[in-house]
Amino acid sequence: MKLIEQPFVRRILNGRAIWPLLALAVILIADGFISPGFYEIRIVEGRLFGNLIDILYRAVPTALIALGMAVVIGTRGIDLSVGSIAAIAGAMIAWRIQAGDPHGVVLLYALGAGILCGMWNGMLVAFLGIQPIIATLILMVSGRGIGMLINLIYGGTDPSFQSDFLQWLSTGSILFIPTRLYVFAVIFLLLWLVIRRTALGLFVEATGGNAAASNLAGVNAKLIIFAAYLICGLTAGWAGVILTADTHTSDPVSVALYIELDAILAVVIGGGSLAGGRIYLGMTVIGALVIQALTTSILISGLPPEYNLIIKALVVLFVLVLQSDNARRGIVSKFRRSP
Amino acid sequence: MSALLNKKLLPFYATVAVFIAIFLIGGAMYNNFLSMRVLGNILADNSFIIIAAIGATFVILSGGIDLSVGSMIGFVGVCMAVLDSMGLDPLTTALLMMVFGFAFGAFQGWVIDALDIQPFIITLAGLFLLRGMCFMVTINSVPITHEWADLYSDIRIRLPGNGLLRSSAIVMLISLAAAIILAHFTRFGANVYAIGGDKESARLMGVNVRRTTVLVYAVGGLFAALAGVVYALYTKSGYPLAGTTLELSAIASVVLGGTLLTGGVGLVAGTLFGGMILGLISTLIIFNGSLNSAWILISSGVLLFAFMVMHRFLVGSFGLRD
Repeated sequence: MKLIEQPFVRRILNGRAIWPLLALAVILIADGFISPGFYEIRIVEGRLFGNLIDILYRAVPTALIALGMAVVIGTRGIDLSVGSIAAIAGAMIAWRIQAGDPHGVVLLYALGAGILCGMWNGMLVAFLGIQPIIATLILMVSGRGIGMLINLIYGGTDPSFQSDFLQWLSTGSILFIPTRLYVFAVIFLLLWLVIRRTALGLFVEATGGNAAASNLAGVNAKLIIFAAYLICGLTAGWAGVILTADTHTSDPVSVALYIELDAILAVVIGGGSLAGGRIYLGMTVIGALVIQALTTSILISGLPPEYNLIIKALVVLFVLVLQSDNARRGIVSKFRRSP
Repeated sequence: MSALLNKKLLPFYATVAVFIAIFLIGGAMYNNFLSMRVLGNILADNSFIIIAAIGATFVILSGGIDLSVGSMIGFVGVCMAVLDSMGLDPLTTALLMMVFGFAFGAFQGWVIDALDIQPFIITLAGLFLLRGMCFMVTINSVPITHEWADLYSDIRIRLPGNGLLRSSAIVMLISLAAAIILAHFTRFGANVYAIGGDKESARLMGVNVRRTTVLVYAVGGLFAALAGVVYALYTKSGYPLAGTTLELSAIASVVLGGTLLTGGVGLVAGTLFGGMILGLISTLIIFNGSLNSAWILISSGVLLFAFMVMHRFLVGSFGLRD
């Protein structure tokens, strides 16, 4: 029996879940060779430190956005404006803190801004029927301008702020573990419950698979698409909160720049297809970890950080080739021909 | 006459009307705005965006998208500057870079068609790859000092009314003319419209989809590389972050120019006006003096929104895709 026809081998070749996990494992093992103390974890000032924790810690903003992006991509859409939404949320924080609001309320303002942005995108895509790429391009282009404008509203030239609450949320820790990991875990769990324990996930995947057919089957496709963009706006708002609390300042021009690309990449590495119809929340988080692990490995390996982009590009190409049906068919038929 | 009344030209006419309207509004608001001089400056300042957008027009007409444009401009710029410091003249390096742009685009097109992957994600990888290569070439801003670069920037044609047509605007207009011929008077152009309209029908009618897709992205890469050359010679330097997010301006120019993102409908000439509208807006905001640059971003977004809604209305009411 030829190797390729073994059910086990076939399952691995077709099983998309194994590749991202394998990639993550390979990167982490390679890191152990590059830097002997890589897996060390120690406690400093009541918080865990170490490369592994650092990867988790830094992956949070991208992973948050990637979760929302996974839902949007599930509807066969895309959201390019997530970086701009994060910038707007950050600007809201600086504005409302300087206006003197309680910091818990400031958080609500920032998340509310994210939700509003998501509703705007959802309205354009679902109700006006504009192509997702271009509908979200509008907010992507103007969103950073809106953030700059919010910074101007309160007339300050210095959009920095002090907030113990937000700082605790971003860089603080509970029981040795960084708070933002708890925040992420709670959001992930809530989203997972909404997607997998209600019919919403099924509806999203049905809409992404075939909007017309699911509409005939009684799914309100427009409402589902609208909800998907709303969720994405909310997670992007959260990412904006964490990133802005990190730097104590609102910087709409450069905060979360290119994060939409990383988020889309995380979804694709996690096995989500841009053609819609599938949502893998857990695998998307693995995808975000793969990206962050790559970045961290490049930093600790001593390679110039500039290589990061090139290696990321090659990883994208590699993953896409693996996922492409055409390429897989080509490789499989080559194996078959050989004796 | 009936060709001029073609309903597929409606988005184009709307674009030209908006351009003229904004120009007239600017003239009513500020003295000296309505002049050949301002027009010449807008042409020169935005020529590289428009050149890149012309290439993007072909890609979008074919139903695809190219996100690697901005990084290509940055990469071409740093290569030109570094080769210049090694003593090569700008003409040779420009030709080299255009060959590179063509080949890189062709590779992207081949991957897109051969692996049947969405162009969005492949050209996204192209964006990362080229930007990373920028930083590998140099992380500094490198000046271009060859005397030919000075000769090039001294080229100018006087226009009536104290206006100047600078070298980069001349290059842009020549490439626009070439692109119009390529799109509307060659078999390749017809094939681009055909696969953008309906890929399967085009295949059934005997269009070589693989060849056309590869060529479309190659042409896109060629124009992006030319835009990089123009930009490098205009700023007389290469900088690894040059052209960041410029792919969005290029796509916005194409959309404002009346080309539908669904492919198959649009004019190359429209992209000139689309790019000029973006240029006009930033010039108007700079003329005002008191407005923050945030308004450039916001008004571009508002215009994009208005045009998308208008296109949607035109497509729905006149059946542009039929």
